[in-house]
Amino acid sequence: MRLVLPNPGLEDRIFSHEDLERMEKEEAEDRPKWDNKAQYILTCVGYCIGIGNVWRFPYLCQSHGGGAFLIPYLILLIFEGTPLLLLEFAIGQRLRKGSVGVWRAINPYLTGVGIASMLVSLLILMYYNTLIAWILWYFFNSFQDPLPWAQCPLNENRTEFVSECQRSTTVDYYFYRVTLNSSPSIAESGGLQWQIVLCLLAAWTVICICYIRGISTSGKTVYVTAILPYIVLAIFLIRGLTLKGSLTGLKYLFTPDVDELMNPQTWLDAGSQVFYAFGIAWGGLISFSSYNPVHNNCTQDAVMLSIITGLTSIYAAAVTYTIIGFRATENYENCISENIKILVNAFNLPEDSITTSNYDTALNHLNSSSPDIILVLDFKTCDMQKLLSEGVEGTGLAFIVFTEAITKMPGSQVWSVLFFIMLLCLGVSSLIGTIEGVVVPLKDLNVFPKKWPQEALTGVTCAVIFIISLMFAQQSGIYWVTLFDTFGGSVSLLAIGFLETLTVAYIYGIDRFNKDIKFMVGHKPSNFWQISWQFTSPLIILVILAFYLVSEAQQELTYLVWDPDSDQFPSLASVPYPSWVYAVIFLLAGVPILAVPLYALWRLVTVSCRKKYHAESMKASTF
Amino acid sequence: MLDKILFLLCLASALADERCMPDTPHGFQVRLSIKTALGDEAYVWNENEMFLFRASLAFAMRNHMNGQQFEVSNIIVCNETMRVSFWFIVTSPLDTSQLIDQENVEAAIRQSRNRINSAFLLTDKTLEFVDILPTLATLYTHPTPPWLIVFGVVMGAVGAGIIIMLVSSVVQKKRKTNGKPQDKDDDEETRVKTVENGDAHDGVHNMSFSEDERFTKM
Repeated sequence: MRLVLPNPGLEDRIFSHEDLERMEKEEAEDRPKWDNKAQYILTCVGYCIGIGNVWRFPYLCQSHGGGAFLIPYLILLIFEGTPLLLLEFAIGQRLRKGSVGVWRAINPYLTGVGIASMLVSLLILMYYNTLIAWILWYFFNSFQDPLPWAQCPLNENRTEFVSECQRSTTVDYYFYRVTLNSSPSIAESGGLQWQIVLCLLAAWTVICICYIRGISTSGKTVYVTAILPYIVLAIFLIRGLTLKGSLTGLKYLFTPDVDELMNPQTWLDAGSQVFYAFGIAWGGLISFSSYNPVHNNCTQDAVMLSIITGLTSIYAAAVTYTIIGFRATENYENCISENIKILVNAFNLPEDSITTSNYDTALNHLNSSSPDIILVLDFKTCDMQKLLSEGVEGTGLAFIVFTEAITKMPGSQVWSVLFFIMLLCLGVSSLIGTIEGVVVPLKDLNVFPKKWPQEALTGVTCAVIFIISLMFAQQSGIYWVTLFDTFGGSVSLLAIGFLETLTVAYIYGIDRFNKDIKFMVGHKPSNFWQISWQFTSPLIILVILAFYLVSEAQQELTYLVWDPDSDQFPSLASVPYPSWVYAVIFLLAGVPILAVPLYALWRLVTVSCRKKYHAESMKASTF
Repeated sequence: MLDKILFLLCLASALADERCMPDTPHGFQVRLSIKTALGDEAYVWNENEMFLFRASLAFAMRNHMNGQQFEVSNIIVCNETMRVSFWFIVTSPLDTSQLIDQENVEAAIRQSRNRINSAFLLTDKTLEFVDILPTLATLYTHPTPPWLIVFGVVMGAVGAGIIIMLVSSVVQKKRKTNGKPQDKDDDEETRVKTVENGDAHDGVHNMSFSEDERFTKM
């Protein structure tokens, strides 16, 4: 006898198996449907494979022991990611509703879980589209020769470059000053940057047209946005492997460091990455599965999607690191050449007397013969490891490291256009799922009037969120984006995922769920799945959540700023957040989770009020 | 007589040589990186090249200080090294004991920098006058930023797409409402069936949570 919490009225709220069969035969359902299975798979693949696969996974892989990181990643993929994926697929396909509808059908008091998913998707939608806006800006600017981030602007008397650009690099200056015009702290908002506003407008119109008729338009968009990144990655892989230094990058990425497996942070990062990469608890996957035919083999889909995501992450990491290796080697050789020039000029030696191969011996020889001259010289430290590890995460990877590498490749415009189109496709396909996770719950919650067509829903949602996301177009926009990225998703998603597994396993009932899957697919899920849903996956999520809260609570929260007046310039300075930001963090992380108990409470109150009213009116009618 | 002239000449040149030295306040250091600039086609630095340099510098001085006839002998070079770097000073053509001050020399070089560079097939970076900053070429600014053009194209295409989709869905709806009055007869037959099925539906499931709360079990 399995543990199941009492849940009266469940039968009345959901379709029975006979209903589902009948609906399938008569096609009497009024929900949208996928044109074919390929659309569904491509939409899910596009949703799971996002920009994070390019700029988060490779960094985690390299910083947590290279090839060894794949071990915790794959283990957690199997024990945490795939069971939760199958859970969402199966429950959506069975109950045939979006995220709010599904949890409401299981138990009306748990509608808060769906609302929490919607709120998280909303927060992510806001800042993610800003990233798309930045990508669009770079894409628009790739159609000129030379690329604008390849050179610095001149100062007034044309003797030198602008000081900010001179001290840092051209790509840093272009991103932080020309594109964003960043202020030195999150408190100084500055004005709206009109070029970013225009790019935001472009980004929101693109998303609007992709999702304008729901999945009937987005289903066709994903043929391009899900497949194109693979093609572009292949092109970059071939180009990358022919560049000098690419193998250094690959070696750096994959060299295993087995000691990292002892570090708990490695397992935490692997778990979080699996969780966020799959888009679990965002609500989009449940919606997408609900459009499937009833007897679709969701088990096969879940396993296939996990394999595709895992392989794509490794593939993207390899491509990324060939380019990173190339750039690091170029910079390293430039650094050595600079030092050679300084040495040759100081000692007035013939030009090619010192080369990279005999640099060290020559330096030692000169140091022993005339150390006083050597002391005064201003040598740069050329550290290959440092060059390979700097700026390789997040926006730094795409807008600084990659753009710099592209300027060094012949035919830069083509590579730049290809790269940013790839990022655009990756982003848009993820956003389609996110906007699905916002619009469908809003529709289920009757926020929109029932008469409105899908086009109006999409249009209004896009317009409203565009206006809210104008706050990211300010000068402090990048700091807000980082804030949302760090805190908007993390805790809430883990908590929602935890509640989802518990709900399905213990409130919906694991026996009922097994029967459903047997009805839909043809055979009961194996013990592996059942144990995962009941024990393993919730436990893993709980551990990750607990560790995360403990580690965040212990440290003072800081963020990185671009401050030309700081001592560490051109490196980003680490600055503590002002105190009012903690309130914002609480809102971002806390409000979605609080939606769960708050909604349950509100429903309790309204139901008991109505009972009282009903009872009183009954009393009155008897007289 | 000849002895005197010879002695004076020697003295003069000796004096001039003494004024030319590293870190002189009247001259500049020059550094040439011929191999870096030309690679395999690099020429060898020799006496003739030095003569060309002195001549081009004299040319620059003539251009800047109109009227004064600078000669190759007015450009005095010293401390030549294997790097191919050396110091030079400029004497006035009217009085060889007088040195031209740094500002004038710098201005002259700045003015004719391009000509001096091209005489040696070098650039500002490879023919370095230490402490004289080159005037950098201004970057080409487009009349309309190219990104606005691409932005316009993309927005135009997407906007046109949205309008087409909206118009097509409105047209489809109109067609449906126009089609309905013609199919009324067919509809009445099917309507009976649907009503029957509707009752069956209502009894079996309750599709969404409604505010009426027919089954208030909680």
